[in-house]
Amino acid sequence: MQITLKLYATLGEYLPEGSEKHRTVLDIPDEETAYGVIERYHVPRERAHLVLLNGVYLTPEQREQATFKEGDTLAVWPPVAGG
Amino acid sequence: MAWTKNVLRINLTDGSISKEPLNMEWANDYLGQRGLATKYLVEEIDPNCDALGPDNKLIMTTGPLTGTMVSTGGRYSVVTKSPLTGVLACSNSGGFIGNELKNAGWDMIIFEGKSPKPVYLYIENEKAELVPADEIWGKSVWEADEYLHKKYQDPLLRIAAVGRSAEAGCLYSGIINDLHRAAGRSGVGTVMASKNLKAVAIRGTRGVGNIQDSAAFMKATTEAKKVLAENAVTGEGLPALGTQVLMNVINEMGALPTRNMKEVQFEGAGDISGEAMLEPRESDGKPNLTTNAACFGCTIACGRISTIDRTHFTIENKPEYWGNSGGLEFEAAFALGSDCGVNDMDVMTYAQFLCNEDGYDPISFGCTVAAAMELFELGAITTKETDGIEFKFGSAEALAKAAEWVATGEGFGKDLGLGSKRLCEKYGHPDLSMTVKGQEFPAYDPRGIQGMGLAYATSNRGACHLRGYTVASEVLGIPVKTDPLETDGKAELVKAFQDGSAVVDSAGICAFTTFAWSMEDIAPQIDAACEGDWSVDKCMEVGERIWNLERDFNNAAGMTAADDTLPKRLLKDAANVGPAKGRVNDLGKMLPEYYELRGWTADGKLTDETRARFGL
Repeated sequence: MQITLKLYATLGEYLPEGSEKHRTVLDIPDEETAYGVIERYHVPRERAHLVLLNGVYLTPEQREQATFKEGDTLAVWPPVAGG
Repeated sequence: MAWTKNVLRINLTDGSISKEPLNMEWANDYLGQRGLATKYLVEEIDPNCDALGPDNKLIMTTGPLTGTMVSTGGRYSVVTKSPLTGVLACSNSGGFIGNELKNAGWDMIIFEGKSPKPVYLYIENEKAELVPADEIWGKSVWEADEYLHKKYQDPLLRIAAVGRSAEAGCLYSGIINDLHRAAGRSGVGTVMASKNLKAVAIRGTRGVGNIQDSAAFMKATTEAKKVLAENAVTGEGLPALGTQVLMNVINEMGALPTRNMKEVQFEGAGDISGEAMLEPRESDGKPNLTTNAACFGCTIACGRISTIDRTHFTIENKPEYWGNSGGLEFEAAFALGSDCGVNDMDVMTYAQFLCNEDGYDPISFGCTVAAAMELFELGAITTKETDGIEFKFGSAEALAKAAEWVATGEGFGKDLGLGSKRLCEKYGHPDLSMTVKGQEFPAYDPRGIQGMGLAYATSNRGACHLRGYTVASEVLGIPVKTDPLETDGKAELVKAFQDGSAVVDSAGICAFTTFAWSMEDIAPQIDAACEGDWSVDKCMEVGERIWNLERDFNNAAGMTAADDTLPKRLLKDAANVGPAKGRVNDLGKMLPEYYELRGWTADGKLTDETRARFGL
């Protein structure tokens, strides 16, 4: 299936060359996990602090499980804050 | 110790200036800055006074840690009654002037009355004098700053001033210090201008050495700085991307106020984000962001210093705006951007520059423009009011013109200066005002972040993110992650954030330290600096006391439980997309529990027991 991966803030450097702004579309097998996707691009787990699947937060445990469906968006940030 | 124990009192009506000792009994109960100045204000003014009349007072105040070696110890606050909300205003700013005031030997300045003619206050350590301001009245903050620096020939003079917007009566004018730091919210600048007080210029060289236990303080502050440095947010994230890193986060989770909060996601968020501020422009190959910047004593340095594209329509013939100046922070960027449907970062930066130059709050300004755009699209406002400009969502031209008008109060700027509530009432659609207690919303839609709905509804200064930033927990997982769509447990969370923030705002340090520091990090620093017991428990008790004091004043000023609410749009119209699709803010599920936790009656008033508990 095809999903979109977005790597924001200082994680942008992990995207492959030629990626659209902060995002890349990729094919994954059905059983792929969120951490599996993140590690494909060599993002260290400890830097994948905020992980949202279609805008909903995934706990570290949920990132170990197969959670995707066609067209999903996985967005990842390092520790960030503001306000 | 840590306090200078000196209060400077300025009677603007008769021009008298006096020095008095700080009330140390109150300092023990309210710490400093926000809490202590609020205590002074509450004791000295009638809650029902006209905020813009001579009976209101305005207090510029530092905390006990201001000017010390604590990280971020440059904070000061302005406390007064707000003309925008009719309740308490307390606006907090960084930069360098707070430190300068403390170094001059003063904990706070209390301004009372109204000067018969425009004046400014000049302070050089013990010396304080009111000086005619004829040369700078009618000028912008930046012009006043330049004039005063030239006049005194002192590059280290620190200046806080109001701009032309405040003089013109804009109800959300702030006080700008050090050119682009602001005590921005709730119209504190409008109050200052109403007193014919244009500026405060301070030079302090006396040092801040009165620390209770210097060795313990050095140890505590050094350890705490290490915590900030090693934390990924305060050590890496904020310096690199600033608060603007949140633009994409909040948009992805469907909580970014868009087009006057009609929508919760903005298709142009990526164009106006922190990441976009780093991308080179086509015209000159330079990014919007030139560098980050730090306030006095800060080891985080989240500030944004930016330029506008010189070929942009707003400044192509205005070289005075071609240089670097204070750029977009997230709360301003959402208001000037997504809430107006604008994805042009250059026009947003231009509007931000004008907000600094003439001293008005970019949050309230942007949200008021957004309301005007919705009114225009409904036909309630026409090109007759807007000088022929199509005032539609997404119009960069409309945003630029609005910023120019509000800066001077000209034309439609007079209406825009009323703020969203009064503007929407004037044009017959009060429900379109996205405000609480008359103050415009910050950057988090409470349909997607439920706890923020309760925080906004109960904030003691109207809609505000800084009075209880549950976003930290609900979105960012600080200190623990909670579900943003859940209402259970949010009353307790909001109360804890509100009380903790009251302590931070009263100490003289920046709220952003709390992304890394807990009260266990903060209390030892206060305790080492100040006489008395400043344990974690004592600090939290003081925070709760401050919150109740503020609430009590607001109730006396006419606020009731009916004011602890949100705009109908957020309570009745469900979010249209994203994780919160189908949700409204369930304020009714959280508010009764909150009142109970606070020890308030069902109609939001302090019980006798609560009053006794805090000595109110």
